[in-house]
Amino acid sequence: MKKTTLLIRLAFTALLLCLLPVFAMADGLIKEKSFGEENEIIVKFAAPVDPQALQNFDNYTVYEEDDPDIRISLERVVVAEDNMSASLFFENSLNTTKRHIVSIAGISGKAEETFAVAKSYLGYLFSVMIASLLINNFVFTKYLGLCVFFGTSKRKTTAKGMGVVFTLVMVAAGLMSWFFYQYILKPYNLTFLQIVVFIGLTSLTVQAIDTILRKVNPVLFNSFGVFLVLVIANCVVIAVPLIMASNEYNFFETFMLSLGAGGGFLLALYLMSSVSERMRLAKIPPTFQGLPIAFIVAGQFAMAFLGFSGLKLF
Amino acid sequence: MANDKSNFQLVANGILAENPIFKLALSMCPAVGISTTVMNGVMLGIAVLFVQVFSSVTISLFKDFIHPRIRIPTYTLTIATWVTVIDLTLAATMPEAYAKMGIFVKIIVAFAIITMRLEMFACKEPVSSSFWDGLGMGLGFLVGMVVIGAVREILGSGALLGYDILGFKPLLFFILPSAGFFVVGLMMAFFNYIEIVYKKSREQR
Repeated sequence: MKKTTLLIRLAFTALLLCLLPVFAMADGLIKEKSFGEENEIIVKFAAPVDPQALQNFDNYTVYEEDDPDIRISLERVVVAEDNMSASLFFENSLNTTKRHIVSIAGISGKAEETFAVAKSYLGYLFSVMIASLLINNFVFTKYLGLCVFFGTSKRKTTAKGMGVVFTLVMVAAGLMSWFFYQYILKPYNLTFLQIVVFIGLTSLTVQAIDTILRKVNPVLFNSFGVFLVLVIANCVVIAVPLIMASNEYNFFETFMLSLGAGGGFLLALYLMSSVSERMRLAKIPPTFQGLPIAFIVAGQFAMAFLGFSGLKLF
Repeated sequence: MANDKSNFQLVANGILAENPIFKLALSMCPAVGISTTVMNGVMLGIAVLFVQVFSSVTISLFKDFIHPRIRIPTYTLTIATWVTVIDLTLAATMPEAYAKMGIFVKIIVAFAIITMRLEMFACKEPVSSSFWDGLGMGLGFLVGMVVIGAVREILGSGALLGYDILGFKPLLFFILPSAGFFVVGLMMAFFNYIEIVYKKSREQR
């Protein structure tokens, strides 16, 4: 027990250390810069700045680091009363996953102040995971994998085993499909074969995990092996590579997406099985027994999960 | 090859006695996910019908060449091929409707109902009855999707196929995405209720 708490603490400290550079940055005139609303960049200055220079749009050059040729045009600039900070509003909403380069001329002794605005990449990856875990939960907001969901959410122990196996398979299959998609399908213009390749890969992964688990850890296999058969033809598992392909995710994004999707499925199964265990004691009208009441409970969960939409952590 | 059912019985079996959505409770994902309008149901139903019929016929044609031990991978790859065909066709011919259905067309590849029909019917029966069985199952799915879609559209937006027929919106809630669970659950309960009443009236006689 002590060991696990220590491990969790260690992991947490490591995470904080990784995020540290985000908090400790900036030097010179620009004290802080960050994304605000969809089309807003907030800049804070170390000393008061001439508001006239800030209001002149000709002083600005803003672009995404990947496309220096495409300049982003400003709509308006709001300067705070003490001239210590300004909000730059743009005509279109910004793609906050990209690094933005902002240069402002004529606000200091130097000819130009140039700085980059970006979200912390780790935070972005984390938000990909949270999005697939809660905001776009595969069961309650994307309505995928319902057959297995209603079939195996009767008991908590089954639900846990099933969720863990699903997460394992999803991560393995997701990463393998990413590799195939990036290095085989795309270079040879075979993307139209993605469905065939992905379904083959997921079946292979399940078969491989089955074989490896049987040899390496027979105890674990005895408790989880039964579920592996159910995983083969399931829409949750095949959905991860398809989403990965349509969003052009990179390796880490794919990892986080599959981890979040698997975790979301585990969460959904666990929640549902806790309710079904209680429902067995309840007096349900005969017309609603079995699947109908399960659907209505799932509907209530789905409505609760609507509350996560718009959740933003980073 | 013992199959004493006529072609008509095979089709009717898929639509009524073994309806994939209401009776077998398989392939529920699209029934909950995109059944907000009748049109969505028709589109996805046609896609499933296509995949089911063509996979059944293909497997039935080649059943003598498929070794029993590799039959499941063979089914999966056959279905994946036909899903790719309908996916590309829909994307090219009806981009708007395809965009609405999103990932669900590609997901047809993992539908339990299609694999089940191949395993239980097409790998044993001749081509013609496999065709009629696939047609029945596909039509059963289509009918189920259309019924759910119609209930949601009429109660949710007072319209049918986009035409306003009621003039008011009885229960706006039904058109919300998360209401799919409630609609399907309530409809299943309704069918259960009819069955219970029917049984009771038979006992009394």
